Amino acid sequence: MAKFLTYSHDDTWIHRLCGATKLIFFILWSVLGMITYDTRVLLAMLIISMIAFYMSKIKYKQVSMVFKVICLFLIINILAIFIFSPYEGTKIYGTRHDLLHLFGKYTLTKEQIFYECNVALKYFTVIPAALLFIVTTNPSEFAASLNRLGVNYKIGYSISLAFRYIPDIQRDFNEIKQSQEARGIDMSKDVSLPTRVKSMGAILFPLIFSSMERIDVISNAMELRGFGKSKKRTWYTARPFTRMDYMVIIFTVVFSIISLVFTFYDGSRFYNPFM
Amino acid sequence: MSKMKFGIREVVAIGIGTALFIVLSYVSIPFGVIPNTSIQTRMALLAFFSAIYGPIVGGSVGFLGHAIADAFQYGGVWWSWVVSDAIFGIIVGLFVSKFLIEQGGFKKKQILLFNVIQVISNAIAWVVVAPILDILIYAEPANKVFVQGATSLISNSITVGVIGTLLAYAYSKVKAGSSSLSKED
Repeated sequence: MAKFLTYSHDDTWIHRLCGATKLIFFILWSVLGMITYDTRVLLAMLIISMIAFYMSKIKYKQVSMVFKVICLFLIINILAIFIFSPYEGTKIYGTRHDLLHLFGKYTLTKEQIFYECNVALKYFTVIPAALLFIVTTNPSEFAASLNRLGVNYKIGYSISLAFRYIPDIQRDFNEIKQSQEARGIDMSKDVSLPTRVKSMGAILFPLIFSSMERIDVISNAMELRGFGKSKKRTWYTARPFTRMDYMVIIFTVVFSIISLVFTFYDGSRFYNPFM
Repeated sequence: MSKMKFGIREVVAIGIGTALFIVLSYVSIPFGVIPNTSIQTRMALLAFFSAIYGPIVGGSVGFLGHAIADAFQYGGVWWSWVVSDAIFGIIVGLFVSKFLIEQGGFKKKQILLFNVIQVISNAIAWVVVAPILDILIYAEPANKVFVQGATSLISNSITVGVIGTLLAYAYSKVKAGSSSLSKED
């Protein structure tokens, strides 16, 4: 099973930040990355993300697998955009500079290349922020942070439970898969699709039904301990806000406002170098 | 049972449902014929959970599960599709009292209803909400996102229709054993 990103313990200033601060940064950053198509703002964001990523001392090895998947996904997406709409850039920027006629109705234009570069840039500005957030935030502290931001603690607890049970369910999945394989089911590409679907069912059903039982067991245990009796609860892993937290939040908010003003100053979310 | 109940059982169902959804995100059965397409078993799980626990659990599992799985896999979150998954969970969940899965009453009529609702929900989520958000948020070409949406509609409807229905049917049968006792006169 594919390995995925996990929290790794370290002690840089980014790791010491409160989870709530990093969540605010991540949300504002991805919203900003979604809204703006202004190349200059995107470039500034990319540089800031890269600096933060460098300072967090995350090793490339930790994220290389994910990074490759993203690049593959990005390439497919960019090709798909070109195939479906080769003149999207021309439509957006209102001009047309042909570079190279390919075949049929496909002509490569400067506008299209610029537009697709912006699409790629959008990915690369948000990805470091997301990786930073995932690798440097302790999952149990994350739930406490959500609560601090005003999210109902029951939701926070649900998310805690999800993080807590991902490894357990993964282990269950592998155990069920191995025991079913020992009984002769085949999930590889050698067998036909219907057989593969059937074998999948042989794993899925026990996995989901045992999880349903687990829900009852955990609910009962929580009920016995009086979960949900009070309006508030405290968190073992909660951290107080420090001066650094306030500085990061203020910087993020100010940067977002300036970027939005800058983006929409000329009335469009696109930066147009062709006019 | 009220639809909008948010008690301990719902808190735990969201947690475990999200964890299952994320684990199943890594398990897909490739078609083998068309590259990069696969049967997404997690959609069947989402429909199953929504049909048992209602709209709050369905919406939350769809939203949290998709967002966290995206973040873990790609390092980025494709928000328009996250919202679509949540909407799918909410719509299927709204009819929770009609399916009678936990009461052991998931029979022909309910199976039909479940499938009609899941296809409609899939259509709303993938042909209406996802493409429109893709265009609004990401300024992607319209025809590309509608083709993507239509592909998702077909593959998800089939997945939920086969695996989701079987899950609900089997679970309902298991549950029926404990609730089919009638009071003796």
